[in-house]
Amino acid sequence: MSALVLAHHRISPTERLKDAAAVAFIALLLGIPMIGLTTIDQGGALRIATRWPALLAFIAACFVGRLLLRYGFDQLRARKLAREQAAAAVRDRNLAASPLLTWVGWGALGVSLALPIVFTDNRYVVDTATTVLIYVMLGWGLNVVVGLAGLLDLGYVAFYAVGAYTYGVLATQLGWTFWQALPVAGAMAASFGIILGWPTLRLRGDYLAIVTLGFGEIIRVILVNWTELSGGPNGITSIPRPSFFGLPFKPPGDDPTFASFFGLEYSPSHRIVFLYYLILALALLTNLFVSRMRKLPIGRAWEAMREDEIACKAMGINARNVKLSAFAIGAMLGGFAGVFFAARQGFISPESFTFNESAIILAIVVLGGMGSQLGVVLASLVLVLLPELGRDFAEYRMLLFGTAMILIMIWKPGGILAHREPTLRYLATTGDKR
Amino acid sequence: MSAAPQPLLSVERLTMRFGGLMAIDDLSLDVAARQITGVIGPNGAGKTTFFNCLTGFYKPTLGSVRLNHPQRGPMRLEELASHQVARTARVVRTFQNIRLFPKMTVLENLIVAQHNALQHASRFSLAGLFGLPGYRRAETAATEKAVGWLQRLNLIDKADTAAGELPYGMQRRIEIARALCVDPLLLCLDEPAAGLNPRESAELNELLKHLARDEGIAILLIEHDMSVVMNVSDHICVLNYGRKIAEGTPAAIQRDPNVIKAYLGEEDADEELHPEAVQ
Amino acid sequence: MALALQQLINGLTLGAVYGLIAIGYTMVYGIIGMINFAHGDIYMVSAFIAVTVFTLLATFGISSIPLSLLLVLLVAVLFTSVYGWTVERTAYRPLRGSTRLAPLISAIGMSIFLQNMVQLTQGARVKPIAPVLVGGIDLLTVDGFTVRLAYSQILIVLVTIALMAGFTWLITRTSFGRQQRSCEQDRTMTALLGINVDRTISLTFMLGAALAAVAGVMVTVYYGVVDFFIGFVAGIKAFTAAVLGGIGSLPGAMLGGLLIGLIEAFWAAYLSAEYKDVATFSILILVLMFRPSGLLGRPEVEKV
Repeated sequence: MSALVLAHHRISPTERLKDAAAVAFIALLLGIPMIGLTTIDQGGALRIATRWPALLAFIAACFVGRLLLRYGFDQLRARKLAREQAAAAVRDRNLAASPLLTWVGWGALGVSLALPIVFTDNRYVVDTATTVLIYVMLGWGLNVVVGLAGLLDLGYVAFYAVGAYTYGVLATQLGWTFWQALPVAGAMAASFGIILGWPTLRLRGDYLAIVTLGFGEIIRVILVNWTELSGGPNGITSIPRPSFFGLPFKPPGDDPTFASFFGLEYSPSHRIVFLYYLILALALLTNLFVSRMRKLPIGRAWEAMREDEIACKAMGINARNVKLSAFAIGAMLGGFAGVFFAARQGFISPESFTFNESAIILAIVVLGGMGSQLGVVLASLVLVLLPELGRDFAEYRMLLFGTAMILIMIWKPGGILAHREPTLRYLATTGDKR
Repeated sequence: MSAAPQPLLSVERLTMRFGGLMAIDDLSLDVAARQITGVIGPNGAGKTTFFNCLTGFYKPTLGSVRLNHPQRGPMRLEELASHQVARTARVVRTFQNIRLFPKMTVLENLIVAQHNALQHASRFSLAGLFGLPGYRRAETAATEKAVGWLQRLNLIDKADTAAGELPYGMQRRIEIARALCVDPLLLCLDEPAAGLNPRESAELNELLKHLARDEGIAILLIEHDMSVVMNVSDHICVLNYGRKIAEGTPAAIQRDPNVIKAYLGEEDADEELHPEAVQ
Repeated sequence: MALALQQLINGLTLGAVYGLIAIGYTMVYGIIGMINFAHGDIYMVSAFIAVTVFTLLATFGISSIPLSLLLVLLVAVLFTSVYGWTVERTAYRPLRGSTRLAPLISAIGMSIFLQNMVQLTQGARVKPIAPVLVGGIDLLTVDGFTVRLAYSQILIVLVTIALMAGFTWLITRTSFGRQQRSCEQDRTMTALLGINVDRTISLTFMLGAALAAVAGVMVTVYYGVVDFFIGFVAGIKAFTAAVLGGIGSLPGAMLGGLLIGLIEAFWAAYLSAEYKDVATFSILILVLMFRPSGLLGRPEVEKV
């Protein structure tokens, strides 16, 4: 059997060359208008410029790349097949996967707790880690809507924006503190979730997608144009930073500050580290909350709704309430993340809440593996760190980002961690009866 | 009929029209408590549409469906939304092309069916979130009920397997078990024997009889497999082109000239209607 | 009254462009049930190709307007179709048969990729071209306001009508159209009948890209400027148009496009230009609340 499969994959060198030549030809067609030719603005008029060497290099790269890639894949596939056949008999993937994942989860927690201690002086690392955690939190929030309830939401950034602007407005105009504003902003975002959810209850997946996308755009356009409230395109500036239970992170002055209270020497990194631990705490709370919800009737109803809405109705489940609760809770978590974002940046503008942001959060959920909490962490790491790694050649960052999205999806269409952990087990509750 | 006790469900002059098509035409039918009522008829006779009208998935064009709920008194099913039919009227159905929650485990499927009771116990998830004892008791009770049915239906070995990964016959049983977890007064089964092998359908016969006699659940049964229908039904209603063409005991139906002519009409009608004769 | 007439003309022109792009969305959705998020960027690629070819023709001194228009259309359609084909082949085909969300994410990735690729290779700045088709017909003048029908607007509407006619013929009368429609209904069965489903899907993508290419050329002629971001905005509008008209329905896509063009034109003229997008999306939500399958979409009967 395996010999047969191997033989099937053995392609003659001429065939390989032909295949690569075809790819090179396509590359030629794609490359002529984009790489080979370009227009340069010269004194108000456009002039043609050519880059034939670059085009040639591109075609050659495609030709060689295809040859190598195809060869490599064929080898890999043959080896994998042989291995799978050998191992197929003794594998029980479901059970084998979970302890390892648990350890990875605890490991990640340990690393994230220790990170600012190790990198106290490296502001950049702590800052980047904070960004990762914001996306982790957003991912966990959206996971409720998309991963668990199966409602395709392309406008999640709207709730993030609602949270951020609620805090921004409350803090700058009414002088509210971070901790006062946090629950209000969460409630505000949740109400927006319900406002979005209500008219879309009857819509199927893809119709829902465009409506949510439209909702996100509506919120953004309103933020851009409602200058009195949102400051318009300039946004809201000098948003107060959160304090440590009333102790501000400031150079020593008349009032007690964080540094003076604890007898430390003032350092700007205190705030950075504090913000890091703050988002870590928020994210962990979110995780705890969502994991717990998943095991409650409402969480099971979300998943059941994703699996089969009609069957849910036949079991007496009120589909409307279940969907709205998913929208509201997902939105609330996004709102919390928004408050943190506003507090951390000290400045917000509509530019931070574009569709691209929604797309990235959705990508995190899907790439991570729908419904998987740990998958969200992994995907956030990949998607935030990848462009950061590409900072040296900044122009290629987003190009790399788009490519990564496509490649990861093709490599693992179910997401990095596609495994679903049951919410309860018979064997666990009764002991091993088998 | 005058001495008969009040029926559990009485369908009166039910009509369902889709554009020019009369899917159900002036159908009246009584379903007695603790009995199995078979609904048979050729493909396209309107049987599934009838179920959809009963369970709130379609709004009938005309007519009424009255349920005499032992605790809540009379109810009009055609006025309820589909989830209310299951939740308040406790009329629960299964589907012709099985509708499980495929990625969830068998046990989870059965727990989801007890959503309303559990959701109530979890007090809008708050009690559940903090793991208060009241909710924990409710969850244990729900698990016990689910496990009980799984044991009865011989599915307990598969409790932790994703429902979608199991073979067809088993999925049919899971769907019935899931419906039973809603504590139905009336269980509407849409072709439960389709795709079952002879041994499985014999087991199904026993199960249905047990449910009606011992558990007191009324069953409304759509089925093509005559060995099941004739064997278990107390009462049979025959539909053709949305109309009721005959009604009575299995023995009476097997002899009914209308049924033989309009529903089967062929030489081999005898074979199909008398499964015992076939072997 | 005069303003209304002018906005009617402008709205119909804009709507025709949206409609052409929307057909690409609707066809792809019909055949493989996915939202091709990169479709707007395909249109953007075509606009850039148009800019390059117009400049190239000017360099060679070809000044006949019909000839240069024809050449640009041909070249843009040709190359853009290759882009459409490649996008399907690389980003979507490997994901056929997986979950519904996987191709969507890969499409978003492709959209980001195309935008940044064009930004890198063609520059991030706005590119203005020398006006190609100037002038127009003054229809009437009321109180000093002249209603003007530009030649480019006539061109857009005529080309759109011609394309719609040709397209309807292609889908309803030809063997490719039959294959395409049968793939929409049941891909497995179509394959069993010996029809090359992969090829049909590829051709569908190329056709959609070709229509987007025409739209790209038309917009370049109409506005005279392009940048790498136009694909996103037009893509979202066209996608909205496709959904509004009922996704999967070709006349619906055109109807939706025209409606959105008109809503935008009139809202901007009479209410507020800033909130025209809010109006578009709000109307979409309203329509979907009452007709969940769009205006001309087949209402989906809840199959129990």
